[in-house]
Amino acid sequence: MRIVLFAKRNTKEILRDPTNLFFGLGFPLILLVLLSVINASIPAEANNTMFAIENLAPGLAMFGTAFMALFSGMLLSKDRTSSFLMRLFASPMTSLDFILGYTLPLFVMALAQAAITLFASCIAGLELTVNLLPAILMTALTSLLFVGFGLLFGSLMNEKAVGGICGALLTNVAGWLSGVFIPLDLIGGAFKKTADILPFYHGVQAIKATLSGDFAQMMPHFSIVLVYMLVVFVLAVIAFQRKMNGDKV
Amino acid sequence: MNAITITNLSKKYGGFTAVDDLNLTIEQGELFSLLGVNGAGKTTTIKMLSCLIQPTGGDAVLLGDNVTEHQQAVKAKINISPQETAVAANLSVIENLELIAGIYGQDSKTAKISADKMATQFGLDDVRNKKSKQLSGGMQRRLSIAMALISNPKILFLDEPTLGLDVLARRELWASIKSLKGKVTIILTTHYLEEVEALSDRVGIMSKGKLTAIGSVEELTGQTGTSRLEDAFVMLSGGAV
Repeated sequence: MRIVLFAKRNTKEILRDPTNLFFGLGFPLILLVLLSVINASIPAEANNTMFAIENLAPGLAMFGTAFMALFSGMLLSKDRTSSFLMRLFASPMTSLDFILGYTLPLFVMALAQAAITLFASCIAGLELTVNLLPAILMTALTSLLFVGFGLLFGSLMNEKAVGGICGALLTNVAGWLSGVFIPLDLIGGAFKKTADILPFYHGVQAIKATLSGDFAQMMPHFSIVLVYMLVVFVLAVIAFQRKMNGDKV
Repeated sequence: MNAITITNLSKKYGGFTAVDDLNLTIEQGELFSLLGVNGAGKTTTIKMLSCLIQPTGGDAVLLGDNVTEHQQAVKAKINISPQETAVAANLSVIENLELIAGIYGQDSKTAKISADKMATQFGLDDVRNKKSKQLSGGMQRRLSIAMALISNPKILFLDEPTLGLDVLARRELWASIKSLKGKVTIILTTHYLEEVEALSDRVGIMSKGKLTAIGSVEELTGQTGTSRLEDAFVMLSGGAV
C-alpha cells in the first residue's frame, strides 16, 4: 500500500516536470528522426549500416533509458535536500517501501519510453514482429542499471552534482561507449576494450538480439548488464539505508 | 502521565558530543520548547526522539515504546514538521495531505476526508489544488504542519516552524499551534523567544549538548533574577547579559 502511494507520488513528481517529459519521451524520437535522415543520405555504396534502423532502434532504446538515472537521482536528491525524505523517514515507511517506490515508476516509464521508441522505429522501417514485445521488456530491464545509478548518486550528492554526473557525464559515457553513435570496431583499441568492459554496449546488443529473436545471443550480453545492475543496486541500497539511519556516508 | 521519558540520552559523532546525557520528562498534552544557540543539540535531540538517528547512549520512551528497540511503534505515534518546509513540490496541497494520510495507514476515503479537514483547519481551502511549490512561504509552512498533523499524532515535533515567516504569517501559525495545546504533546524548537513566551508550558535550555535549565518562562526569569526570557536565556546559555 505504502509502496503504491509513494510510487504514485514519484510518478507525478517526474511527469509534471516538462523537462523530464522532453528528455524521457521526446529526445529519443528527435534522435531517431535525425539519425534516420542522416542514414538516408549515406550512399548505399558506402556500405555503412551504423545508422540502419535495426542498429539504431535498439541503440536509441537503450540510450533513452540513460535519462532514468537523471530522473531517479534528481528526485531522490531533491527529496533529501528539501527534507521531504526526513519527514518520510520519521513515518512507518520501510527501506523496501522507499527503494521500490522510487524504482517501480521508472521501470514503468522505461517500458513506455521503449515502446514509443521501438514502435516509432517501425514507422522508420524497423520490421514489426512479435519480438518487439520482449525487446521492450529487455530495454526496461536494462534501464534498471540507470535507475540504480540514479539512486546511488541521489543518496550521496546534491541536485547540482547529480545533474552533472547523471545528466551530463553518465548519458555521454553511455552514449559514446554504447556503439550507437561511434563505430567501436572502426576505432578499436582501448576505446573498444573499455566499451566491452562497461555495460552500455552490452545493453544495446542484448536489446538488438532480443529484437531479432536470437535469445541465445542475448543472454551473454544481458548477463554482463545484470552483474553491473546488481552491484550498482546493492551499493545504492547500502547508501540509502545509511542515510535512512542518519549515518554520515 | 508522561508522554516522553528521556534517560541519559547521548549522541556522539566521533569525538564530538552533540547531546550529552540528557534526562527529561514531558507530560501528555504539554507544549515543551527546546531553546539553545546553534549547535546546542536541539535538532539532534528531536532527531533521536523521532527515530531519525540512533542514540549512542541512553534511551527515550515515547508513550510506552522506546526509540532504541521499537522504532516502528514509536513512528506510528509521532509526526514531525522539519526545519525546511518538506513538501512534495509538484503535488497539490490536497495530494500532499492525502499522501501522508495514506502512508500512516488511512484508506483512500478516510485520507480524503482527513485532507479536506486539515485544509480547512489550516486555511488552505483556497489553494487546495495548487501545486505546493507555487505557495508562499507562509502557506508552505502551514501545509507542512498540516501534513504533520493529518496522521493524528500523539506527539508532534515542530523544528523551527516559523523560520523565515513574516510577523502576520507567524501569528497565524501561532494560533494554529495554540489550538493544539492540550490535545497533542508538542516539542518545539525555535530561535524566537517571543514564540516561546506565547506558546510554551515549559522551556528547556540546551547548551553544548547539555540541558542547563528547565521550567516555565516565569520560573526561568525568576531563577536568573531577570525580567525578560531573553536575558534569562543568555545567562543560562553561558553568555553575558
